[in-house]
Amino acid sequence: MIVPKPAALVVNGVLASASIVVLFPLLWMLAASFMAPGEASTYPPPLVPAHPTLANYRELFAHAGMGRYLANSVLLAVAATALSLVFNVMAGYAFAKLRFRGREQLFRLMLGALVIPGQVAMVPLFLLLKHMGLVNTYGGVIVPALASIFGIFLVRQYALSIPDELLEAARIDGASEWKIFVAIVVPLLSPIIVTLAVFTLLGTWNDFMWPLIVLSDQNLYTLPVALASLSREHVQDNELMMAGAVLTTLPVLIVFLSLQRYYMQGLMMGAVKG
Amino acid sequence: MSLRGSARRVVAALALVLLACLASACSRQASDVTTVRFWAMGREGEVVTALLPEFERTHPTVRVVVQQLPWTAAHEKLLTAFAGDSTPDIAQLGNTWIPEFVALGALAPLDAAIAKSSVDPADYFPGIWNTNIVGGRAFGVPWYVDTRLLFYRRDILDAAGIHAAPTSWPEWTRALAAIKAHAAPDRYAILLPLNEVEPLLALALQQDDPLLRDGGRYGNFESAGFRRALSFYVDMFRQGFAPPVTSSQLSNVWNEFGRGTFAFYISGPWNIGEFERRLPAALQGAWATAPLPGPDGPGASTAGGSSLVVFEKSPAKDAAWQLVEYLSRPDVELRFREMTGDLPPRRSAWRDPALAADAHARAFREQLERVKPTPKVPEWERIADEMRNVAERAARGEWTVDEAARELDARANRILEKRRWMLARMARG
Amino acid sequence: MASSRSSGHRYVAWWFVAPALLVIGVFFVLPVVAALAISLTDFDIYALADLSNLRIVGFRNYVELLQRPLFWQALGNTLYFVVVGVPLSLGASLGAALLLNSKLARFRPFFRTALFAPVVTTVVAVAVIWRYLLATRYGWLNYALGTLGIAPVDWLGDPHFAMPAIILFAVWKNFGYNMIILLAGLQNIPEELYEAARIDGASAFERLRFVTLPMLAPILSIVAILTVAGYFQLFAEPYVMTQGGPLQSTLSVLYLMYEEGFKWWNLGSASAVAFLLFILIFGVTAVQTRFARTEFAR
Repeated sequence: MIVPKPAALVVNGVLASASIVVLFPLLWMLAASFMAPGEASTYPPPLVPAHPTLANYRELFAHAGMGRYLANSVLLAVAATALSLVFNVMAGYAFAKLRFRGREQLFRLMLGALVIPGQVAMVPLFLLLKHMGLVNTYGGVIVPALASIFGIFLVRQYALSIPDELLEAARIDGASEWKIFVAIVVPLLSPIIVTLAVFTLLGTWNDFMWPLIVLSDQNLYTLPVALASLSREHVQDNELMMAGAVLTTLPVLIVFLSLQRYYMQGLMMGAVKG
Repeated sequence: MSLRGSARRVVAALALVLLACLASACSRQASDVTTVRFWAMGREGEVVTALLPEFERTHPTVRVVVQQLPWTAAHEKLLTAFAGDSTPDIAQLGNTWIPEFVALGALAPLDAAIAKSSVDPADYFPGIWNTNIVGGRAFGVPWYVDTRLLFYRRDILDAAGIHAAPTSWPEWTRALAAIKAHAAPDRYAILLPLNEVEPLLALALQQDDPLLRDGGRYGNFESAGFRRALSFYVDMFRQGFAPPVTSSQLSNVWNEFGRGTFAFYISGPWNIGEFERRLPAALQGAWATAPLPGPDGPGASTAGGSSLVVFEKSPAKDAAWQLVEYLSRPDVELRFREMTGDLPPRRSAWRDPALAADAHARAFREQLERVKPTPKVPEWERIADEMRNVAERAARGEWTVDEAARELDARANRILEKRRWMLARMARG
Repeated sequence: MASSRSSGHRYVAWWFVAPALLVIGVFFVLPVVAALAISLTDFDIYALADLSNLRIVGFRNYVELLQRPLFWQALGNTLYFVVVGVPLSLGASLGAALLLNSKLARFRPFFRTALFAPVVTTVVAVAVIWRYLLATRYGWLNYALGTLGIAPVDWLGDPHFAMPAIILFAVWKNFGYNMIILLAGLQNIPEELYEAARIDGASAFERLRFVTLPMLAPILSIVAILTVAGYFQLFAEPYVMTQGGPLQSTLSVLYLMYEEGFKWWNLGSASAVAFLLFILIFGVTAVQTRFARTEFAR
């Protein structure tokens, strides 16, 4: 074997140590979640639990109602993702391939609206949902996420590559626009649909500020809101909080790891939007 | 990916979601059992569930669902619930918040229910009962009382040559100086957490000057009285008697008290239970409680605590009131006290032999004779928050006492602007 | 025939865009316009209880905000976070991307995933972790500093260190995102350019300075613009880690909006805060875009 060059040692050494530093908080979270109460608050801080225990998880599910929050988070993330996919894919396709009056102006207007931070809309949105009776309901959490300009943009960019001839041929065969969309366009768009699904899923799962505002009934809390509330209540219970953090982050990490390819792809496409 | 399949799956998912949303909206109604939604804070919310089985046994048609709110987020959660029309049926409410929720029309008046029930106003400490009265009507029933006084380490005071708890400011200052002179550099004479407004508030209530003037239209913080209280408070930091920290910075207040990191701690009744539970047995004889010293002799303190309130929008007011009445029974109050250390607001509960014999509680009983309510304006919570902010800056040495008082007046006056306008409009008719 | 088909076509197109446009219109555009209107009133909890308590106050909310030290402090804190946090974040992203793009690097997919992992985690959950890593007495960071002989720092309790701690956290959480985008940009740089530079005798550093960075500049400037806009919207980190303290040293503009709006229910002044933030982000983005354009035009 050839002796590795010193430069290679440096590059890989730096990468390895950076990875350790970056992963450390996550690994320690996992380790501390199996520690006995109080164990993490000793000096020097322990790396691994002396006697691994599931007590924190049991406590979370038995007393803190984590099962309920987990179910809420899953339901809301899946519902918001499914519904917004339908809306965004339809609109994105239309902006790319269907001609209608004012299409370009409308699209440019929407891109312009991207610079408005969502928080500007929050106060009136709350009042609006209050009048619609949606405050403190699952619907109130989902509704603002039903369509996103970014999602429409992403789909449009991808749909531009669909050859017009394909659609024209189908039209000549007498297929309805809806049929064409379902039978031809959706399969062609499936990679970007998966990408958008992963994006939306992670986004709604991790969303904090809006559910915090719109939900007041504990039974409807999502995991991040419940965790923030628990962490204010249980400042001293490090290990319990770590178990809660594991429950909150592990699902998204798993989704990300299994669909990584699609996620990265969308990320790079999104970056070109400027 | 089969596209028919995927399209169908999307439709199915959609239908499922709609169903789920509908179901969650509709499931509240129906059945002959009345559900009472009860919001309670912190430790109280945790332990009150233990009192409910008996209530549900004696009231078989009522089911109680408790939601626990963290204290630090409770006020904003309750306001959000009001704004979003999602208030519970009954809640634990800090008694200083009552005027605010009454002004919003969020609370149901309780006079008629009280008159017909076993809740006897004359049995309550008058200062505490009074915090629930707005415009001559009762909007809450005191659940437990909370006032702030001194917790102290008798052994540390002894070692510094102080053999009795101070009863006046000059005595107190002498004791603080003696302890600090006696202590290691990383130890302090007193803990006044900067995230709590109550210690300063208690000192301010000891003064003759009211905190607001002109019927709650303007702040009165540049008065001689408030400035005296603030400079006494700030001096405790300037002299190094108190560390400028918030309570979340101490990883564990009880451990630090056990270690002797500080000798005095201004705190409330719940800490009797915490100290009994968390301090080692060897220290149990070493700590004690004492009424709060005043400028010249025993002083006043805050008339705090929580009340039970019923919300105006509740569809289950009767059942909610039944729960209030049950929780206000002297025997239930005593069981609640055993679990939380919270002190009962009814004199008849205090006649209980165990409570009467409790040495740590005795100082509270004495202090309760000298409690003063905070100004009954709806904006009080915000003004108290500004008082905390301003006091923290003064304690950390960023502002002088006069600057802090002027700033606090300015902030209070700004907060009260709407109140002044509304009062003027009402006066015009 | 052709014309009738295209008119049907046009009509159908609206059915495709209508649901999304309806949602965006009702739940985004309408509220933004309403926010502007509300910011001109003293909409508060009294008005929420009874609309007759509402007054139209013109620009008073804005004027009062601009006179309030707390607003300027929140603005200062946010600028601190942006001005220090964005370069650190971009530097980390660029460094990591260059390393990952190096031909010498091994196990690239593993390193890439490891460095990216924090991006997909939930802010609230990892902020809870960091609160313990940063704890004064038992935290790992102080332990690590202790082994270097540095005295413990009260990271989240000391007004001087709370914001640096939050910046550290934000950089850790976010740098992976831009790392991936920059990595894609690096991979798009034609190999021939490096070959030519090498033949001209350019050193590794010179190749970085005269080939890599100029080729990466367009994408780098886009990334910078997006990151700045994102960092202006600081909220969840201080909400969980410090609650805006100590001494309001981590209170951001968005946190101020949350407190004004959803803690004290001063919706009028909260809307004004939101608009000022919007104007600020818009202005900064516009300046950056203009700057980037003139740079590339040269």
